[in-house]
Amino acid sequence: MVRKPSNPEAPPETQPHSEATAALLRELVALLRQNRTQLREEWARRITHAQLLTAMSEQEIFAEATSVYDNYVEALETGTFEALQAYARNLSERIIPRGVETHEVVGIVLLLRDVLARSLFAKYHEDFEKLNRILDAYEPAANRIANTVAVGFVQERERIIRQQQEAIRELSTPVLQVRERLLILPIIGVIDPQRARQLTEQLLQAIRTNRAKVVVIDITGVAAMDANVANHLVQTVEAARLLGATVIVTGLSPEIAQTLVTIGVDLSEMSTVGDLQGGIEEAERLLGYKVVLLAEVVPKG
Amino acid sequence: MEVPILKQGLYLIASIQSALTDADLLQLREALIERVGRFRSRGVIVDVTALDVMDSFAVRTLRDIAHMARLRGAETVIVGIQPDVAFAMVQLGLSLKGVATALDLEEGLAFLDRGGAPKRVRG
Repeated sequence: MVRKPSNPEAPPETQPHSEATAALLRELVALLRQNRTQLREEWARRITHAQLLTAMSEQEIFAEATSVYDNYVEALETGTFEALQAYARNLSERIIPRGVETHEVVGIVLLLRDVLARSLFAKYHEDFEKLNRILDAYEPAANRIANTVAVGFVQERERIIRQQQEAIRELSTPVLQVRERLLILPIIGVIDPQRARQLTEQLLQAIRTNRAKVVVIDITGVAAMDANVANHLVQTVEAARLLGATVIVTGLSPEIAQTLVTIGVDLSEMSTVGDLQGGIEEAERLLGYKVVLLAEVVPKG
Repeated sequence: MEVPILKQGLYLIASIQSALTDADLLQLREALIERVGRFRSRGVIVDVTALDVMDSFAVRTLRDIAHMARLRGAETVIVGIQPDVAFAMVQLGLSLKGVATALDLEEGLAFLDRGGAPKRVRG
């Protein structure tokens, strides 16, 4: 494959500003710095008025507004977005747990854009031609900034969702060692193909790391099972055997037992025991353990 | 690449180091079956830890080795199948039914020691 040369022509946004545009942006930045307090207050007021960021107090909104404002002006001035991007990520990290929604973030950035544009109208409304040129310089940068903040927020959100999915998946399939070389895998809830696959992977991995000889899979908590999942279970048992481990399946409910026999899944290769206790006892027997009451071993007195 | 076959007491250990061609597999099969008789071995261990892929021919050859070795009086254990490989095998319907498997070389030796084969001669 021919590798494309990376960015032979920089996209228009990152092209060095032409001298005229740069001068206009400098003027704009100076203006925004000069009216910092007033514009910030106006912006914060409009955020509250539009009932955005309701999860935050007015002081917090003002504090965040100040930071965003300063970063915004800095991005306009330097034309680089790294600092703003980092700030947007950091801000998202803080406000997402508080339930701030995407439309609110997009809303406040658009509000700022509006507030600043209005201030430009107010300042230059007499010189229409200059206003046009200022807006030409301002709009692309402002759009890009709005874009950066909104995308940063959404990305952070997606990252959190992915992380949580991962956590849920790991929580849902614990593989536990109860004795040297004996693992139990209690399965609770619905098994879909994806979960079944993941379960198998975790189990096989755990067999290897714990050097397990016997595995008890307890499906007491599984309400229903279809042919696909049943076949997957059979495959898991076979795969575990290839790693040298014996699998005992326990806790098949009457419904599942009936389903499996009715749909004709071949379970002849699987050893099953009624309940988890029986399964563990059987596993201990396979491993050569014998559990005795202390009272029977140590003479009384 | 030829697979080295080590004699360890009453057992033969074939440790596969890299992916094998079909010809290599057949060569391994012949060498193992021949040596089982020559060394009067009671057990054969094939270590496949290094393999991250096993195709149908490899699986069939391993099964054949086990059955042939049994006819010549030796029990075979396949050791070190990787979790991914194991799952891929069952999904593709490649089974090693009737062939003993164990986690690793140590487990394989322990299995043979237990499995009716006479105690290893040490030293």
